Amino acid sequence: MQNRPIGIHILDRRDVVLGTLASALFAKALSALPAAAATEAGQRSLAFWNTFRLLVGEAAPEEALVTLKLDEIAENGNNVPFEISVESPMSETDYIKTIHLLSTSNPQPAVAAFHLTPASGKAHVKGRMRLARTQDVIALAEKSDGKLLIATRRIEVTIGGCGN
Amino acid sequence: MTAKPRIKLPESAAPGEIIEIKALIQHVMETGNRKTPEGQPIPRNIIHTFTVTFEGATVFSADWGPGIAANPFVGFFFRVPGPGTLEFTWIDDAGERTVERTPLAVS
Repeated sequence: MQNRPIGIHILDRRDVVLGTLASALFAKALSALPAAAATEAGQRSLAFWNTFRLLVGEAAPEEALVTLKLDEIAENGNNVPFEISVESPMSETDYIKTIHLLSTSNPQPAVAAFHLTPASGKAHVKGRMRLARTQDVIALAEKSDGKLLIATRRIEVTIGGCGN
Repeated sequence: MTAKPRIKLPESAAPGEIIEIKALIQHVMETGNRKTPEGQPIPRNIIHTFTVTFEGATVFSADWGPGIAANPFVGFFFRVPGPGTLEFTWIDDAGERTVERTPLAVS
C-alpha cells in the first residue's frame, strides 16, 4: 500500500477485493450453520454490509439530525412509502449533498441516492420502495463537509416485494 | 415509457420560497430478479437516473436501484430563485429517455 497521511483511509481496489473476499469467507462459514442464514428476516445481508462499507469506509456516521419515516408494518412490500428529512441550513457552504436509502435485506441493498444542492432549500425527499422481507431500513446522509449522519428504522413486511 | 409523466408544483410561488415538487412516471421497474414461468430470467429494466434542472443548472438528481417501486414517485424541495423552466429527465436501462419541461410561475 502507498504512503498515506496517518488517519486518512481511502478505499482502494485492493481493500474492496479483500473486503469482498473476507465477506465471502464469512458467508461460507455462515452457510455452514443453517440456523444463521444471512437472509433470515431481520438479518443484515452481506450485500448490505459490502455496500455500506463502500459508502462509509472507516467513518462512524452520527445518529443525529436524520428522520426516516416509514410505516411500522407494510402489508405489501412492493410499494412502501418512505420519507427522509435531514436538519440542515442548506446554505452554499453547509448543505446535505446526498441522501442514501439502503435496505439491509433486499437482493440489491442500494435502493436510491438523492443528490441535493443548496438550491434544494430543504433536505427532504419522498418516494416508494420495495422490501423483500421484514428488516431494518437505513437513511445515510452525507454533508457538504463529508460528515455522515444516519437513521435506522425497523419495518415488518407482511408480503415481500422485489419480485423474488 | 409511453405515458406522459405527471409533475405537481404550486401554481405560483414567491422568489425565495421553498416549494415541494412531486414527479410520477409510469414504468415497470423490472428488477432483474424475476424469472418467467419457464425459468428464463427477465432482464432488468429500471429507470436508473432522474435529473431536474432549472434554467439548465442541475438542482436535484437521483440514482435509483431495483428497490424503487414500479411507477416511481419522487418528492423533493426547491428554493425558487425566480421565474424559469424546470426540466425533468428519466433514463431507463433500455436507454429510453423521457423529458418533461414545466414553467415555474413566480408572483
